[in-house]
This record gives sequence, C-alpha cells and structure tokens, in this order.
Amino acid sequence: MLQYIMKRLLILPLLLFLFSVIAFALIQAPPGDFLTSYMAFLASSGSSIGAEQAEALRQMYGLDKPLYIQYFKWMGNILRGDLGVSLEWQRPVAELIGERLVLTIVLALLSFAFTWLLAIPIGIFSATHQYSIFDYLFTIFSYVGVATPNFLFALILIWFAFSKFGISVTGLFSAEFADAPWSWARVVDLLKHIWLPMIVLGTDGTAKLSRIMRANLLDELNKPYVVTARAKGMSEWKLVLKYPVRLAFNPLVSTLGWYLPALFSGSTVVATVMNLQNIGPVLLRALVSQDMYLAGSIILIYCFLTVLGTLLSDILLAWLDPRIRMEEA
Amino acid sequence: MAAISKTVTDTEDRVFVASNWQLVWWRFRKNKLALFSTAVLFLIAVVALFPGFFSIQDPQQSSSRLAFIPPQSLHWFNDGRLQPFVYGVIGERNAETLQMEWVIDEERKIPVSFFVKGYEYEVLRLFSADLHLWGVAPEAVEDAEWPEIYFLGTDRLGRDQWSRLMYGIQTSISIGLIGVILSVILGVLLGGVSGYFGGIFDMVIQRIIELLQALPTIPVWMAMTAALPRDWPPEKVYFAITVILSLIGWTTLGREVRGRFLSLREEDFVIAAKLAGCSQLRIITHHMVPAFASHIIATSTLSIPSMIISETALSYLGLGLRAPAISLGVMLQEAQTLQAVALASWLLYPGIAVIIIVLALNLVGDGLRDAADPYSN
Repeated sequence: MLQYIMKRLLILPLLLFLFSVIAFALIQAPPGDFLTSYMAFLASSGSSIGAEQAEALRQMYGLDKPLYIQYFKWMGNILRGDLGVSLEWQRPVAELIGERLVLTIVLALLSFAFTWLLAIPIGIFSATHQYSIFDYLFTIFSYVGVATPNFLFALILIWFAFSKFGISVTGLFSAEFADAPWSWARVVDLLKHIWLPMIVLGTDGTAKLSRIMRANLLDELNKPYVVTARAKGMSEWKLVLKYPVRLAFNPLVSTLGWYLPALFSGSTVVATVMNLQNIGPVLLRALVSQDMYLAGSIILIYCFLTVLGTLLSDILLAWLDPRIRMEEA
Repeated sequence: MAAISKTVTDTEDRVFVASNWQLVWWRFRKNKLALFSTAVLFLIAVVALFPGFFSIQDPQQSSSRLAFIPPQSLHWFNDGRLQPFVYGVIGERNAETLQMEWVIDEERKIPVSFFVKGYEYEVLRLFSADLHLWGVAPEAVEDAEWPEIYFLGTDRLGRDQWSRLMYGIQTSISIGLIGVILSVILGVLLGGVSGYFGGIFDMVIQRIIELLQALPTIPVWMAMTAALPRDWPPEKVYFAITVILSLIGWTTLGREVRGRFLSLREEDFVIAAKLAGCSQLRIITHHMVPAFASHIIATSTLSIPSMIISETALSYLGLGLRAPAISLGVMLQEAQTLQAVALASWLLYPGIAVIIIVLALNLVGDGLRDAADPYSN
C-alpha cells in the first residue's frame, strides 16, 4: 500500500512540470502581451501612455525577455511560493485568489458529498425496485440531468427563483458579508447561499452515478449467492446492503478519479453564471485581459487540484480493492 | 410439430447468416425509445441541413423597435376550420419604465401559410432559394403593421428567435459532428497504432492520453479559445474551436480502440488471416476495424453531446463563437443578465433545444451501445 502511494507521489513532480509548461504555453499563445491589450483598453477609454512608458513597463514586468527566461523566472518564483503579481490588479496573485480558492474547494467538496449521498440511495432503490414507477422517474431525471449543461440549469433556476419568488439567488454571500472578514456569521451566511450552486454542480454527477450504481447492483442481484442468502431466510434489507451493494460500490469508486477534478473545473462556468466568488470569474477576466501571471497561476492551480483529485481517488481505490494494489506494486 | 421446428431453424438460420450490421439493427429496433430518438435526430438533421427553409425571416435582420416581443403561439383552427393563424401583438411604451410592453391582440389574426416565398437564403452554399416552410400568408402581408410572426419571440435587437434557432442548431450540430469526426480520426489512428504495435508506441501514446485526461478540461479550453485572435473571421474561429474540442476529446476513443485492438489481436480469425498471408494493412482494415466499428460508432455518438455542451458553454462565456456567427451558445449569451432572463424568459428557449438534442443523442448512443454488444441477449 505504502509502496503504491509512493510510486504515485513520485510521478507528481514530473506531471506538474509538464502542466506548468502547458499552462505557460497557453497563456503565451495569444498574440501580443498584457501591455498591448492594456494599451488597447486605455485607448478605448480615451487615455493612453507613451511608447517610452510602455517600454519601461515592459522591462519592469520582464515581458521583453525571451520566452524561456520568462518561464524560468515564473517557475522559480512559484517554487519559492511566490505566484507573482497580477498585472491588471497590481496585487499579489496569492492575495487575489487565496479566499476564492478555498471557496472553490469547499464548493466542490460539498457538491461531491451531495452527489454521493443522493446517488447511492437512488441507485440502490432503482435497482431493487426495477421497472417500478420510481425507477422510471429516476431514469427520466438522470437522462435529463445529464443532458442539461450546468450553466443552463443555473440560468433556469435563477429565472425560476426570480419570477416565482422575486428573489435573486446569485452570489455566495449577502451584500453585507461580501467583503467582511471571516466570522461565524459569515460562515452561516455562506451556508445559506452555497446550497444552490452545490445542487447545480452536483446534479450532473448524481444522474451519472445513480445510473452506474443501478447497473452494477442489477448485475449483482441475480447472482447465486444472493439467491442462497435469500433462501436461508436473511432479511432482504440486510442482505442487499451487506453483500451486493458493497460489491457494486467498487467500480463506482473508480469514477472518483474523473469526478472530483470535473467538479473543480466544472464550477468555472457555473461560477460565472451565478456570480460566485470563486476563482472561475477571475480566470475568465484574466484570460480576456491577458493578465498572464494571474491566468497562468490559476490554470496551474486547477491542474494541481486535478492531479490531487486523481491521486486521492487512486489511493482510495487501492485501499478498497486489494487486487489493484497487488497488481501495481 | 415439424412446422414449428422448421420456423425455429429458419429464424436460427437467419441469425447465423446475418451480418454484424443486421444483428445490430435487429437489437437496436427493439429499443423503442432509441428508435423514437433517432426520428427526432433525423428531424434535427433536416433542420441543420436546410435552416433557411424552416426560418421565417433573415436571422441577422434586426430592428430595435421590435425588441423583446413575446412568443406568438400557432393556432391551427380558426372558427372550427383548419386555418392556421397567430394573434397579433400591440406594443405600448410604459410611461414609467419607458420600456416597450407587448400585449396579445385577440382582435387581429395573422394567417399563416405553408410553402410561402420569403427572404432569399443559400442552400448548402450551392444555390439560393426563397421558398420557406411557413410564413405570413401572402394576402395578409400588405395590411399588417409588420408582416412577421415570432414563434419564439424576439431578442434584444428585435431579431426573430425562431429563425436564429434554426441556424444555431446548424452551427452547434455541425461543430459536434465535425469535432467527433476529427476525434475519431485521431483516436482510431493513435489508439490503433498503440494497440496493434504495442511496445514503445503504446507507452508514449498511453502517457500522452493520461496527460491530456489529467488536464482540467474547462479551464484549458477557456485558455485555448481565449488565445484565438479577436479579429479572426467567424469561419476561422469556428474551425479552431472544433479542433480545440477534438484535441482533448479523442482520448476516450483512443483508449477504446486500443483496448479493442489488444483483445482482437489474439483472436483466431486474426491469426488465421495472418497465416493466410494478409498484409498488416489488410488485416487492420478488413478484419479488425469491421469487428469493432459498431462500438466506435456508439462511443462517438455518445461523445457528440459533450462537444455540443462545451461549445455552448464557451460561446456563452464569450470565449467561443461570437456574433455574427449564430450558435446555440451565442444565442444564450443574450440571456446573460438577470434582467434579460426576468424580462424575456423566452431567451432561454435555445437552452431547451440543447437539452433535446443532447437527450436524443444520448438515448440513440445508449441504444447503439447496447445493440453493439455481442454478449447481450
């Protein structure tokens, strides 16, 4: 087990190095740099800076250096724990996204818990009551859930809440708590708001997972050991939960590897629609204004979270299923 | 007795000699929901091929005077006779909010005719036509204040949503299709090399697939599309987006193809072909690919929806296609603010089109996947 985890951990730096190159290439891909888009922005608002001043700024930010030097400078700083300075906001990147990063992770974990707590019982119920009215209802729900893009679901909910109840359900905090320092009241306020994005993000996964659970359990329910246990007079409830459910569970855990990362990146679009204070909207803004250190850091953080999510699920899977850890070790 | 056993052997014979495609079709047609979805997809495909025929007015034609007209529903019967019509609308400016407010005018009926002449459009970029499926009846065109009908209302710029939806479906569907075709080419090529030759090829390609699959898709897509120059013409952006979507999309197919190659490589019929002196190319194209082609089709059908959803989300964020291009995502951009959604909920209709398209594709894909599985009953 330990050996397996060590092996996984050893690949991590290599993977992160490759990701950092990809992230840097991506943010360097647009023609021009931050200053060209900054000057275009200034021109559109009526003011401008001189060519000399622009050149001075370019030198200050190191934008005049060759690409590989810019990359090593950026990486070197990151390794020392410095994510650089946002060119647009003139503030350290870490300061800009620190709290938003925490909110991104909290939201993803909550959606994750929501998905599993809902999907497993639905899957078990659908499988044990196959072709019942509820099974059909859940089937319809899951097909529609998969077919509805997250952001569209968010839009429909926003419209529904506004037109039926006259309330606006966007944001993660009420106005008075938006910029307040953390306090118990602020956490409560967050909990009052975060459940809706949690549902929006989690629906898609709930639909998929409940289908997988149903199919897996149906495969198990017809096996002879279930019939034997039933013939011996074991109570149905206990029987289902104790044997087939546990077996049906394993393949589900392997979906963790893509699901947790999908939640991290999926929240990007939903956050923009629902105006959530996580890193999604900042990434969008940074990409449009070519704020390279900010955008690059955020993409790198997403990559890191994705790798971390995959690693966690691998470890969990190895812990649950001895066949995997024996094979890999 | 003899007759019964004869029919049994007849059906058995039929199964034994049936080609793989016939078997797939026999299994597929048992799934009524998938069959129905196929019909829906067929309709959508016709719309995607001839959006001009189904639209009522030029999708780009705008008029700020006609902004936010609510949908007019089509009534089939007028006084008990089959005579389709829609009720007219009257606009009044609200003295307080200065906004146009439209009310249905039940006094005025605008007759709807089929196969009418309207604005000129291009058919598949080959020739132009002016025949439309429906429109305002010619005799009513003169006396109407504005001779139009809006089945799905109008947007902020007074453009007809129905007509725009027709063109939006064309763009979104074709992005999904072309994206998947590119993914299939990449996936079959690289997955095939990986599975058939194995060794170092397999190693390298598998690591690339793992790397790509470990990337956070949406942020990376956002960064890639944000990198497209803003002054590119719509066609170029369209093509670039398709390529970007398939660059990550091919990995699932690549894995699938590799797995199939690995398992088929050891099958008797492949060894027989090899012993009979077939060239490698012939073995791959004539013996192995047909054996798993149905799986590839099922998997690729199931990966079209994610392409369509991704395009819609990217365009919605303003990173994908931009006006004057019309896609379902570009249309949904109009519904970006709470005010717009609250004021004109019909702006969300393109979203419903997305759901229907994705739903139909998923149902057909699931049906195909089940039908293509030789171990199912």
